[in-house]
Amino acid sequence: MTAAAGPIEAAVVWLNDPLNWTNPGGILDRVGEHLAISAAAVLLGCLVAWPIGLWLGHSGRGGGLVVLVANLTLAVPTLALLTILPLTFLGFGRPAVVVALAVFAIPPLLANAYTGVREVDPEARDAARGMGFSGWQLLRRVELPLAVPYLAAGFRTAAVQVVATAALASFVNGGGLGQIIRAGFGLDIAAGGGQILAGGLLVAGLAMLVELVLALVERLVTPRPLRNRGRRAGRRAADAVSGA
Amino acid sequence: MSFRLSYRADPGNPWFSWQYVRDNSDTILTALREHTSLTVRAVLIAVLIAVPLAVAAYWFRALAGPILAVTGVLYTIPSLALFAFLAPYLGIGAVTVLTVVVLYALLVIVRNALAGLTQVPPEVREAAEGMGYGRWGRLFRIDLPLALPGILTGLRLATVSTVALVTVGVVVGRGGLGQLIFAGFQNNFYKAQIMTGTLLCVLLALVFDLALAGAGRLLTPWLRRRSAA
Repeated sequence: MTAAAGPIEAAVVWLNDPLNWTNPGGILDRVGEHLAISAAAVLLGCLVAWPIGLWLGHSGRGGGLVVLVANLTLAVPTLALLTILPLTFLGFGRPAVVVALAVFAIPPLLANAYTGVREVDPEARDAARGMGFSGWQLLRRVELPLAVPYLAAGFRTAAVQVVATAALASFVNGGGLGQIIRAGFGLDIAAGGGQILAGGLLVAGLAMLVELVLALVERLVTPRPLRNRGRRAGRRAADAVSGA
Repeated sequence: MSFRLSYRADPGNPWFSWQYVRDNSDTILTALREHTSLTVRAVLIAVLIAVPLAVAAYWFRALAGPILAVTGVLYTIPSLALFAFLAPYLGIGAVTVLTVVVLYALLVIVRNALAGLTQVPPEVREAAEGMGYGRWGRLFRIDLPLALPGILTGLRLATVSTVALVTVGVVVGRGGLGQLIFAGFQNNFYKAQIMTGTLLCVLLALVFDLALAGAGRLLTPWLRRRSAA
C-alpha cells in the first residue's frame, strides 16, 4: 500500500489516519500510558532521591556516594532492569516498569538536591545557626528554599530522561508510545517504515514538549535574582555528576 | 508443556546457573564478541568525529555554540526514537546500531574535550607561540596533550554509556548482549540468561573503564609526578 512511497510520506499518511489516534491502543491511549508511567516513575524517584540528597547535602557527607550511584546506573542497561524487575516480587505489569524507570531518575535528582544544599552560602548557614536554628530548622527554613532552583533543574533533567526512556518499556509490553515503534518493527521495515518513523516523531515530540514545559516551570520557581546563576549552577551540578 | 507466569519459587529457574553458562558458552561468547566489537567501533568513530569538532570549536569560538547545540539536541532525542528515525533509511542491522550509539557518544566527548582544551593555561599557549610553534604544531605538541585528561574523561563516560546503549539495538536485531537478555525474557522468562547478559554488560563496562583509566595514567605521566610531589 504505502510501501512504495518514502518513509516520510508513509509516516504522514499513518499520522493522518484518525483511527490510528482513537483506536484502542492508538496514539491517544499510548500518550496517556506514557505520561502515567513517566509521572509515577518521576514521583517515586523524587520520594527516594530528594530526602536522601537533601540530608546528605545538609550533613556534608556522601558526595562520593552520589557520584557512585550516578556511575553505577550509567553502566546498567535499561533493558536489563526492565526485564529483571518483572521477575522479582514486583511481578509483571506497571509497577515493575515504573520502578525500573525510577532507578534512572534518581541520579540527577539526588545530585542536584545534594549540590543545591552544598551550594548554600555558608554565611547564610552561620547566620541561621547564630539565630539558634536547630539542624532540622536550618534544613527546612534556609537550605531547602535556597536549593529549590537546583531541585527544579534536577526534576527537569530526570523527567525528560524518564519520558525518553519510557519508550523502552515497550520491550516488555509495558505500554507507552514505544509500543507504536515496536509494532512497526514487527511489520518489517518496508511495510512498517512509516509507522516506525511516526512513532519516533511522537516519542521525540513528547520528550521535547516535557522539556519545554518544565524549563518554564524551572524559570517560574527560581527567584529572579537567582535566575542566571541558578541555571549555570544547575549545569555545573550535572557536569559534576557526569564527571566532567 | 505447562506455561506459568510466576517463576518466583521455581528451582528450575534460578537467577544464575553455571550449567546454563557452560551449555551455552558459544551463544554467550558470540553475543559478547558482537557487543565488544560494536562498542569499540562506535567509540573509535565517535572519537574521530568528536575530537576534530572540539578542536574546531576551540579554534573558532563562533563554532562552539552551534557544535555544542547540535550534539546536545542529538543527545536529547530518545534512543528508541533515534532508532526509529534511522532504521527506515539504514535498514535492519549493525550500521543502524553503530550510527545511533555514535551520535549519542558525540556530545559527551566533544564537551569534555573542549573543556580540556580551554583549560590549557594561557601562559603555556603564549610560551608555545613565542617558541615559534604554528597552529598545528601547537595543537599536537601542546594543546592536545594537555587536554588529554579531559578527552579521556569524555571517552570513559562515552564508553560506559555506549556499552549500556548497544543493548537497545535489540530493536533491529543487533543488540549484542541485549539480544541475550531479550531472548531470555521471551524464552519463558529465563532468569539465568537475563542475569548472565546483564552481568556481562556491567563487567564489560567496568573492564573498558579500567582499561581507559590505565591508558590515561600511562599517557599522562606528568600528572602522576605532580600528585606524587
